[in-house]
Amino acid sequence: MQLSRSARIALRVAAGLGFAVIYVPLLLVLVNSLNPDRSASWPPPGLTLHWWSVAKDNSGAREALWVSVKAGLGATAIALVLGTLIAFAVARYRFFGRDAISFVVVLPIALPGIVTGIALNSAFSTVLEPLGVGLGLFTVVVGHATFCIVVVFNNVVARLRRTSGTYEEAAMDLGAHTFRAFVDVTFPLVRSALFAGGLLAFALSFDEIVVTTFTAGPGVQTLPLWIFDNMTRPQQAPVVNVVAAVLVLFSVIPIYIAQRMSADTATSSRV
Amino acid sequence: MTVEAQTAGRGTVRRLAGALHRRPRLRLGLLLTAPLLWLAVLYLGSLAVLFVSAFWTTNSFTSEVVKVWSTDNFHELFTTPVYRQVILRSVGVALAVSLLCAVIAFPLAFYTARVARPKWRPLLVVAILTPLWASYLVKVYAWRLILSEGGLADWMLKPFGLSGPGYGLPATVLTLTYLWLPYMVLPIHTALEQLPANLLDASADLGARGWRTFRSVVLPMVLPSVAAGSIFTFSLSLGDYITVQIVGGKTQLIGNLVYSNIELNLPMAATLATVPVAVIVLYLLAMRRTGALSSL
Repeated sequence: MQLSRSARIALRVAAGLGFAVIYVPLLLVLVNSLNPDRSASWPPPGLTLHWWSVAKDNSGAREALWVSVKAGLGATAIALVLGTLIAFAVARYRFFGRDAISFVVVLPIALPGIVTGIALNSAFSTVLEPLGVGLGLFTVVVGHATFCIVVVFNNVVARLRRTSGTYEEAAMDLGAHTFRAFVDVTFPLVRSALFAGGLLAFALSFDEIVVTTFTAGPGVQTLPLWIFDNMTRPQQAPVVNVVAAVLVLFSVIPIYIAQRMSADTATSSRV
Repeated sequence: MTVEAQTAGRGTVRRLAGALHRRPRLRLGLLLTAPLLWLAVLYLGSLAVLFVSAFWTTNSFTSEVVKVWSTDNFHELFTTPVYRQVILRSVGVALAVSLLCAVIAFPLAFYTARVARPKWRPLLVVAILTPLWASYLVKVYAWRLILSEGGLADWMLKPFGLSGPGYGLPATVLTLTYLWLPYMVLPIHTALEQLPANLLDASADLGARGWRTFRSVVLPMVLPSVAAGSIFTFSLSLGDYITVQIVGGKTQLIGNLVYSNIELNLPMAATLATVPVAVIVLYLLAMRRTGALSSL
């Protein structure tokens, strides 16, 4: 489309503004962690690393980080297994209710978190409490895994649809039995999809707050719960600022990995 | 392990593999048992119980759930003015957020898909998606900082004699727009990128100027993607109750009503929770007519 000069300039300016709006809040979080003052008034009166060293020794935040990592790893592990199983069933078989399964997998993430949260909460309290099991880290893992399944499923099913079953058939014609064909042929084909799905699942779990609110027992505090709890306490503001800045910096890690991975698949697909 | 035991072990594996190979139904059953137990029994089961409990009531003295079928909660839902007000406000917020997202996303996506140099385009898409990896709470917190008294918003508007909106309904809409914007930019970007150049040339050959081409060719072809993006922005906004607690001041949305009823009146909370689900389903059905679902 032939755009006039002025239209081009207007679009450039609009896009520049758009990117500014996207990144200014994140930069503000970084700068604010260096703010010596407890209030968030702009501009900050100076810059200091004092609160970073205070936050480093904050046991609440560190424990919460550890709980979040454990919950994320647990949920990711379960989601990897269940998501892959469903992906194989949906991509490689025809059966009654196949579309319904794809729908049910998406449901936990499509419905508002509060609906999933209270549904699981009341189910846990009716089923688990008589058994003497209270809400705890275990129930958080179960809740998170439920909505993490979909990202693993999506990644693996997309990969399986692109690679037809003929590779496995070829392996079997050459004498490999079902398990050998899986280990030597199928698994290497879906490995990077599993990794991408796992990465997304962990990120999703690590960031989740609503389902967590309803599935975490007393004393179990994930990092988002800790931030939410301390956000409105003026006394804790500087430490919250530092934790927020750390999380902004953390978010570079998955982006870096994702970029590396897409570069890898780009080179390997040329073979 | 002795050699015989090893070969025997291998033989068992082979026999098992052969048995599985001959019975595709058994293989399918083994694949699906665990996930179906999890999703259909645990998850759908809990959901079903929740929605059934929307038809239960509570004893107003003991707050204990009375498992007797009644539509009292729904009657209360439709007749209490506060509930109606909050529901309308929530739907209004979700629509406003979707509209704002579309308005902001369109020029941004147009730039990244058609104006920027081709070699920069993938990088720009990554730049738009990057904030999705940053924590949800941190982004909301960032807006709490920006909109705080004497914060960045006040500071920027001061030269014009204005002050920031403070915490409240506008702040909620603004923050939600920021949170879900990438979900709107990405589908529009993809649609604009895939727009065949010869259609635009044809339009120009027929004498259409830029604006006319945009209105008659580009917009109709991109609209399904806008609708697809709006499914995300709409449903994510409708279910949100955390953002409004952080930047919304005293504003209440449907999620807050659900939340405040959980402790004392779980059946009423369940009744209220059916509202966003029903609205989202209706919205999905409406958007399906635009062809949005196939361009997801």
